[in-house]
Amino acid sequence: MDHTIWHGIEHVFVEQSLVAAFAVIGALILVSNYAAKHLTNGRVHGSAIAIVLGLVLAYVGGLHTGGKKGLADIPALAGIGLMGGAMLRDFAIVATAFEVDVVEARRAGLLGVLALALGTILPFIVGTLTAVAFGYHDAVSITTIGAGAITYIVGPVTGAAIGADSTVMALSIATGVTKAVMVMVGTPLVARLIGLDNPRSAMAYGGLMGTVSGVAGGLAATDPKLVPYGALTATFHTGIGCLVGPSILFLAVRALVG
Amino acid sequence: MIVLGVALLAGCTLIGVYLGDLLGVLLGVKANVGGVGIAMILLIAARLWLSRRGRLTKGVQFGVEFWAGMYIPIVVAMAAQQNVVAAMSGGPIVLIAATGSLVLCFGAVALLSRIGRQDPGSAAVEHGGSVIEGDAEPVAVGRPAASLAGKE
Repeated sequence: MDHTIWHGIEHVFVEQSLVAAFAVIGALILVSNYAAKHLTNGRVHGSAIAIVLGLVLAYVGGLHTGGKKGLADIPALAGIGLMGGAMLRDFAIVATAFEVDVVEARRAGLLGVLALALGTILPFIVGTLTAVAFGYHDAVSITTIGAGAITYIVGPVTGAAIGADSTVMALSIATGVTKAVMVMVGTPLVARLIGLDNPRSAMAYGGLMGTVSGVAGGLAATDPKLVPYGALTATFHTGIGCLVGPSILFLAVRALVG
Repeated sequence: MIVLGVALLAGCTLIGVYLGDLLGVLLGVKANVGGVGIAMILLIAARLWLSRRGRLTKGVQFGVEFWAGMYIPIVVAMAAQQNVVAAMSGGPIVLIAATGSLVLCFGAVALLSRIGRQDPGSAAVEHGGSVIEGDAEPVAVGRPAASLAGKE
């Protein structure tokens, strides 16, 4: 009897995947807001808890299924893949632009460009130095790992363009994913320290951190009003990285290591 | 009408992503260059244009702001489908590269946000925050729409 009920529920969840995702995520946020209010006395933002819970569940789901898409690999929760996928994520990010104060955004425009340049070069340098320290000597592998430190999309795009082998590609992607996860969790912790509390600094932050998923999660967990400003610069970051990674950056590394 | 707001948002997104793809092809990059950013700029321009002509109705605004309010839930769903297992099992090279670039970039944010004067922050920014947080009170613009009251 229990078995039939369980199967019935699972069937509904599989069939109504997106609707089920709305319900599950809503419940997760409800629990997180309750925890934020009563367990942390409002010191931690409810969305920060929800995002960390989401990551923990993604870990559990990943261990359980052995897949790459966290909870979304569980058939009954596949709708989370659609709800949190690139299509709806970008749609919602664009919608937040409706709340942008144009004066503020324009004032920080140049700062955003500077941040984008730094946000591409700094992680690349760290990534390449780490690769060299761990014994990689060929320009292709060094560049691919360095590009992974920019974002997890720039890494494989660059690696594919310059012909990196698959283990280096995997390392590069893992670096980018780890960075994205760390940005989501770390941002609310350091926000006050780095002055992330106004549209100007949010635009600098978006350009520097780059990774759209990291920035989207990090700002949501810190202060929702900063989301559109950070997203505005962050969305240019991956494209710029894919542009300079296999070209200028690769040529620079090759000139240095021969 | 609400659907017009949603359609406006969809139109801006599609055009922006298309232009981003086009820019990628022109630059010879296998990626979309700033498509979402272009879409955001289009939506900001559309909002200014509509409100100047007095055509930014409550319905249109609600159609867009609903999706802005869905932003955080969507981000939570995004977090729940990250490949955290891969991130946790990457080994020292992955951890060092990721942590190093993160610390350096946080430092650069601190530096850049100190350049220029401090912004006092505007009411528009604060209101935007409450919309994205998903619990904004509707503001009175355009025609009053009694049917919408309480639906947020």
